[in-house]
Amino acid sequence: MTVDPRNLRESATFPREVLAEIHRAADQGVYDIRGFGAKRRLPSFDDLVFLGASVSRYPLEGYRERCDTNVVLGDRFAEQPIELKIPITIAGMSFGALGANAKEAIGLACTAMGTSSTTGDGGMTEEERRSSKTLVYQVLPSRYGMNPDDLRRADAIEVVIGQGAKPGGGGMLLGQKITERVAGMRDLPVGIDQRSACRHPDWTGPDDLTIKIEELREITDWQKPIYVKIGATRTKFDVPLAVKAGADVIVLDGMQGGTAATQDVFIEHVGIPTLPAVRQAVQALQELDMHRKVQLIVSGGIRTGADVAKALALGADAVSIGSAAMVALGCNKPVHVEDYYAIGTEPGFCHHCHTGRCPVGVTTQDPALEARLKPEQAGRWLRNYLAVMTLELQTMARACGKSHVLNLEPEDMVALTVEAAAMAGVPLAGTDWIPGRI
Amino acid sequence: MTEFDLAEAPIRELNSRLHKLPPDTNERAWRIVNPRGAHSIAVGLTLPIEVRIEGHVGYYCAGMNKEATVVIDGQCGWGLAENIMSGTVRVTGNASQGVAATGRGGLVVVEGDAGARCGVSMKGVDIVVAGSIGHMSAFMAQRGRLVVCCDAGDDLGDSIYEAVIYVGGKTGRLGADCIEKEMTAEHVADLRAPLERAGIEADPTKFRRFGSARKLYHFNVDHADSY
Ligand code: SF4
Repeated sequence: MTVDPRNLRESATFPREVLAEIHRAADQGVYDIRGFGAKRRLPSFDDLVFLGASVSRYPLEGYRERCDTNVVLGDRFAEQPIELKIPITIAGMSFGALGANAKEAIGLACTAMGTSSTTGDGGMTEEERRSSKTLVYQVLPSRYGMNPDDLRRADAIEVVIGQGAKPGGGGMLLGQKITERVAGMRDLPVGIDQRSACRHPDWTGPDDLTIKIEELREITDWQKPIYVKIGATRTKFDVPLAVKAGADVIVLDGMQGGTAATQDVFIEHVGIPTLPAVRQAVQALQELDMHRKVQLIVSGGIRTGADVAKALALGADAVSIGSAAMVALGCNKPVHVEDYYAIGTEPGFCHHCHTGRCPVGVTTQDPALEARLKPEQAGRWLRNYLAVMTLELQTMARACGKSHVLNLEPEDMVALTVEAAAMAGVPLAGTDWIPGRI
Repeated sequence: MTEFDLAEAPIRELNSRLHKLPPDTNERAWRIVNPRGAHSIAVGLTLPIEVRIEGHVGYYCAGMNKEATVVIDGQCGWGLAENIMSGTVRVTGNASQGVAATGRGGLVVVEGDAGARCGVSMKGVDIVVAGSIGHMSAFMAQRGRLVVCCDAGDDLGDSIYEAVIYVGGKTGRLGADCIEKEMTAEHVADLRAPLERAGIEADPTKFRRFGSARKLYHFNVDHADSY
């Protein structure tokens, strides 16, 4: 018997993917844990466009006239601030979530491009310290692998309070990824699910954070910049509190930011997108007269030089990429397709970092899979990608007549949607209207 | 003996001097006076020197200690010897919250009482408290020994991993996945070692042992009410 398609009306409240998720939850009795960031459509930098120079503004000549990209991070209190050649850094990703080869590839690419990479939960590996000229060391709530010697040999310190994929949430590295090396670094048994705490064990609240930051400065003799990383939520309150607590740099991660393993419900429903978060953070810094004095690094869904340019134009000093860097290393590439099938997915849809069976060797501890990622080759891919993003960024800046990418400003942009105009605080294209302002 | 007066010079100068000591330094004994509750005193030490602090200290005293022996002759604030790697830190009075939080090695001795979350997330340190400890102690404790000669507050050892807790007195409600375990001769011997190192006189046969039931090691929906 055939079904008349005119009788098949899909429910808007219960579309097929919702039905499938309810069936899955009923079958398995556990919430969906996955990698990657928010998959739903969100207001983003795609909703902004630049107003290139014309009669009223002078552009700069591409390939001829200089457009500098260097940035200094952390010169508020630190005696040795970070100097980067490009304002695109690599976000913290743990050894454990990533394999050692991926970490090494990231270090090689960053060193070649004159930018920084960042450790993650689980501490610092020799491979990444060796390969990274500028390495930021994360101090996370779990303090897995926390070692004062690594603190001293880092170039900057990042106190992680939250991340965009799961602000207010801890972490979970599932047992299948806990090899002996990972377990050893974390002082935990092999093969068990490893929870990372959502709060720091030895401080609560902004007044304590001030003292914590001071302790880290004392341990490192006030040499290293101290970053504070927050997930984007109540950005207009969190940024001033972090500044007051003594941060040299704020790292702001929007809800598009990736994760190695988090509940899907958390990824999709907690936090605010990067676009409004940047504007709120910049405004907060300006109100404190600390814009450009405390630098702002923005992450969460940055994929192209255009995204970087828009973040900088809104007032960020640099950006940080995580998921996009993994893609450059081969994530979701249509190779070893049978191994994507084996974990129940396909290239282009994979978010299966939590399984430890990454087909392209990025997020795995399995020696055979990891061997697919050659640090030199993958490092070259990431280096190329960073170079392309930088060229794109300069292209945007020159078109707006800027001789330094940090000279981009909100006035160089308009929004394509009312939502983006309100969130970014720039006019809706073709109007002078900034919703909420006029 | 090198004396440093914190009424005369700031913490930053003290820590910087301690950090700059060469491994073969002759300045192996330090006396610090007038701490007046200051934070981050003697943090990040790396050499087997002896530092005696005369008076009360604030947060994170002897934080991330390696090798050094630090004695606080007074009371101390939050996070005493947080993330200690090795060496010994001793306080003659009471300690506030988060004693030896995330400590990875070494010995921390509290001759008085310790506040809440003592040994939170500990990763290998030995902690000996001659008095009692507050609630939520040894939360998510991974490795090491927490020895409490008197009483332990509620929610002891919540979500504990492989750390071991010995309690000489009473315990309140135990935390999720923390259970009392048999105290065998082997455990009496295991407890004797940190007590002796700490110089605390207590009869190890009178203690009870607590540790992980290991039921929360892998997510299981039927344990959802424990999460
Ligand atoms: S390809 Fe690898 S890194 Fe990319 S989402 Fe899949 S498992 Fe994760």
